[in-house]
Amino acid sequence: MRGDAKSMTVLTPATPAEAVALLSRDPGALPLAGGTDLMVGWNMGLLNGRVVLDLSRLDAWRRVKAARGGVSVGALVTHAALRRHPVVSKRFPLLSAACATVGAAQIQNRGTLGGNLANASPAADTFPALAVYEASVRLTGPSGPRELPVLELFAGVKKTRLRPGELIASVELPFPEKAPSAALFRKVGTRLAQAISKTMFAGLLWLDADGVVEEARLSFGSLAPTVRRLRAAEASLKGRRLDAAAAAAAADLLDADVSPIDDVRSTREYRLAASRNILRRFLEGAAR
Amino acid sequence: MSPIVLTVNGKRRSFGGPAFTRLIDFLRETLRLTGTKEGCGEGECGACTVLIDGAPVNSCLVPVCSVAGAKVETVESLGAPEKLSRLQQGFLDCAGAQCGICTPGMLMSAHAHLKAKGAKADDASVREAISGNLCRCTGYQHIVDSVLCAARKTAKRKR
Amino acid sequence: MPSVGRNERRREGPEKLTGRALYLDDHSIPGCLHGVTVRSSIPRGRVKAVHFDPAFPWEECVVVTAKDIPGRNLVALIEPDQPLLADGVVNHREEPIALIAHADRARAYEALKRVTVEYEPLPAVLTLDESAALKQVVYKKDNVIKSYLIERGSVEEGFARADFVVEGEYRVPAQEQAYIENNAMAAWEEDGVMVVTGSLQCPYYVLKAMKEILARPADKIRVVQTVTGGGFGGKEEYPSMLAGHCALLALKAKRPVKMVYDRHEDMAATTKRHPALVRHKTGLTKDGRLVAQDIEVVMDGGAYATLTSVVLSRGTLHAAGPYECPNVRVRSRAVATNTPPNGAFRGFGAPQTLHAVELHWEKIAAAMNVDALQLRRVNLFKVGSVTATGQLLRESVGASDCLETVVKRSDYAKKRRAYDAWNKDPKKPTWRGIGLSVVHHGAGFTGSGEVYLASRAGVALTRDGGLFVLAASTEIGQGTNTMFAQVASDALGLPMDWIQVETPDTHKVPDSGPTVASRTCMVVGGLVQRAATRLKADLEAAYGHLPRTRAELKAAAAALCAGRAAHRVEMEFEKPKEVTWDDATYRGDAYGVYSYGAFAADLEVDKTTYEVRVLKATTAQDIGKAIHPLFAEGQIIGGCTQGLGWALLEEPVYKDGVMVNAQLTNYVIPTSLDTPPFDVVVIEKPYSRGPFGAKGVGELPMDVPGPAVAAAIKQAVGRLIPVLPITPERIAKALS
Repeated sequence: MRGDAKSMTVLTPATPAEAVALLSRDPGALPLAGGTDLMVGWNMGLLNGRVVLDLSRLDAWRRVKAARGGVSVGALVTHAALRRHPVVSKRFPLLSAACATVGAAQIQNRGTLGGNLANASPAADTFPALAVYEASVRLTGPSGPRELPVLELFAGVKKTRLRPGELIASVELPFPEKAPSAALFRKVGTRLAQAISKTMFAGLLWLDADGVVEEARLSFGSLAPTVRRLRAAEASLKGRRLDAAAAAAAADLLDADVSPIDDVRSTREYRLAASRNILRRFLEGAAR
Repeated sequence: MSPIVLTVNGKRRSFGGPAFTRLIDFLRETLRLTGTKEGCGEGECGACTVLIDGAPVNSCLVPVCSVAGAKVETVESLGAPEKLSRLQQGFLDCAGAQCGICTPGMLMSAHAHLKAKGAKADDASVREAISGNLCRCTGYQHIVDSVLCAARKTAKRKR
Repeated sequence: MPSVGRNERRREGPEKLTGRALYLDDHSIPGCLHGVTVRSSIPRGRVKAVHFDPAFPWEECVVVTAKDIPGRNLVALIEPDQPLLADGVVNHREEPIALIAHADRARAYEALKRVTVEYEPLPAVLTLDESAALKQVVYKKDNVIKSYLIERGSVEEGFARADFVVEGEYRVPAQEQAYIENNAMAAWEEDGVMVVTGSLQCPYYVLKAMKEILARPADKIRVVQTVTGGGFGGKEEYPSMLAGHCALLALKAKRPVKMVYDRHEDMAATTKRHPALVRHKTGLTKDGRLVAQDIEVVMDGGAYATLTSVVLSRGTLHAAGPYECPNVRVRSRAVATNTPPNGAFRGFGAPQTLHAVELHWEKIAAAMNVDALQLRRVNLFKVGSVTATGQLLRESVGASDCLETVVKRSDYAKKRRAYDAWNKDPKKPTWRGIGLSVVHHGAGFTGSGEVYLASRAGVALTRDGGLFVLAASTEIGQGTNTMFAQVASDALGLPMDWIQVETPDTHKVPDSGPTVASRTCMVVGGLVQRAATRLKADLEAAYGHLPRTRAELKAAAAALCAGRAAHRVEMEFEKPKEVTWDDATYRGDAYGVYSYGAFAADLEVDKTTYEVRVLKATTAQDIGKAIHPLFAEGQIIGGCTQGLGWALLEEPVYKDGVMVNAQLTNYVIPTSLDTPPFDVVVIEKPYSRGPFGAKGVGELPMDVPGPAVAAAIKQAVGRLIPVLPITPERIAKALS
């Protein structure tokens, strides 16, 4: 452990408004939600001397609120709470499934959805699911609240479009108008638990009675600096009868929207091959 | 700044040191509860697992300031050498501990699991519950056996 | 009632289960400073200067460089080549250059950031291939740390008689021990004695190194083991380095100093398994009989010799596998690279070469169009076989029993056929395979090693009736404490709970040799048994009969001690007369005896993602006698799980000579969900020279999973992947 607790300044707001005020005054402060990522850097000695905005007292942001049109997930809701929430697991099963693959119990119990978003890792487990559910992120800041579609939150690897002094307050999940004909979450990690993803897929598909694609929402994580929707593949499927040829054609369009790299966990070549297979098999499975 | 107050193993404790002190350091260095171990500082090995309000967490990733008012349980809350808890006894009988360094964290994950699942714990659920605790000695099978042995004993006692 | 063979309770279990067992970092050491290490950031070069930022208050710190070493700047082990602190030249990334201690741990790390080292870089070799090709000479004349040659018969004549000749090349990577307790040590001066204590496997190795570093006799140095959170070989030689560093800081600071590595430092800077390249050329007659094995082994030793010569020796001696072949040639060498030294890891060279020889059967079987099982059956060792070094296997050969047990319990033949059918069905979401391996593993030190070691262990009865086992063999999780008490109890004919096992402390216990090489039970346990048998006779002579109660023990102790503080019986290793070995020619009895093991890996490969899931592991291991069956099973499952990790997941990734995935997040070891259910059978073919018939069990389990997994994947995907780990990436590539 290389962090120096004595060197740190901790700000402890009691309300969201106070948090925004403190952060506006000190935009370099590090918001602390679950701490499961921030503390890793701190343990490595990379954050000594910094100011930390400890959000642990903001109980208002720890709630999941279900309403008629959808669910509002407070930024401080943990992956464990989300995984077990009855409405979330019923109406947004891909998100629950994704939460169940975050680290292991210890990380799920501590890590929060808001922290996960603010951290903006390309490999974050929840993002593809949020992308296909077309979630938006509610922000609060010195110039008032605003809302961003989840895909627009991310500016790059570990970079968001949060403005100075802004915090994530909640994630808004609209209920899909009707239940999808097929849905899949698939994570390929470095091992079967406690794994960082090599590639990760969430897909929702609506077919009409003739098996024609009404809408396809397809998303991959870990294949680009930020989570991606497969716009080219989605467009190729829309209005087309779903069969093996359509599935193969959509899978071939994967490269149009992603650009994986070689790193210590995997290779570009593998990520593309496995991801294409996942996509093609999801679509083939839905065609049956 | 006013001290941070939390409950550790049933005792009310207040901490007046730097607010960003990690929970693991508060436990080990201030309270001298050295049963909780640090294996990686990355939240990966789970040797530092303690329960916060009943849920397993990595205490190397938790600054004390963020758990003010919480109830913390460590391995020291389970049993003593001369009076082991049923879970600890299971580990002793089924060889669930070898080098022992992962054991306190492993016990806390298993303890939380048995509290939630009781006699309904099975091989798959135990394996998932301890999947955040790395053990390099045992290959896990004897650990799973140990937890299930304790679960069965708990079930028998309740009947 | 005899204790040997019973599942006695782990001696130190209750302390470990309640958090009361004190590992090094759990000890409160008053006035202790925290030491940290300035390390090389280049793989090879001259150190021109070390700059200390004048803005930092250095008076708060103690700083040590090579100039502060009172004795030799050397980590004494085998070759005198590794400095304790680099003095002018660095030969690998992360090589220690200077040490800093501070009362505050975080400030010590802060000080580390204020040191800059100025280098003149020199050309480096970073891989085995670069070194073997002599891209640059970086070690002695030809980069070769050590080489061996084993010859039996004539391979040329063998190939002339062969109906089939099959060649193959196999590669295995480094592996990180990944004990969950990182390296940790503390040192302080106490009445003119340097006390060194910490997480370690071999107290007398540390003592040997400390005598050179401090230029002091053994009685002015005391090495004490603390409860140790795993070793697996990773705490065999490195603790000598860390102990030396702590002692230097403690000397200069005149205060105790503790050094506890964090995970990143431990992974990046300390030893790993030797990566290896193994080439086979094998000749067989058409009935499957081996007539020639020509084997070449190259290992990567890293920048300094450390234990490389011995690792290579064990690898060489196991390279031909547990098979009889009249014509064998094994040519092996270890080359140096500018990477952190590789060292001991469970199996110690044998898993590397056994992987190659075992997987090679799959290639041979494909060439001959038969099942590898049939070929193994034809050639496997049995009593009366002669090994590549000319060793006659006189007794205790359980190879065939292990193999047949595994074949039966894993349902190998039936599954092999069923999976061929499964793999032809395009509707199945997976491909399946089952693969086998069978190995031998020499117990104890190589060749004449045990003779040179001349290990000692004993028992003592104090005059107040305290019974102690005295040995330097350490408890590192494997069950040493319990096993010694069991052996002593049965040899003495006294209850196990009367017996204590003394903490390994060089001022209290004799030099029993290192806790390595599957030797603790067979070799040191044998000495304990002999000493206890003698003590029993002494007791009976002094007291008339064996004491039946504690009170009688006290009376007997008083009679036996006759005024002395204790009656101490020590035994020294005696070479069995039938064992002969010639280091010059590498002929003779390479080991006193071998343990044997077989393994079946039953697995499936996901057709979508190429992820491998091991469905079941079946293993049978002949260890002579299980002193503690449950602990023996624990060694087997634990060792096999490390083997499965090496086979499927684990690979240190090096860039510019340093491990870039030096974190548990990115160097992935198996979790509980990655580990299959195990079916374990212990086979007991007793060894006449082992205590109660016991042979070694510690390392053997590491040897078997790799080749069995690779063979199973070959059945599943139809490709022989000659490299470990067999990741989804490698499977995808092989299939593309």
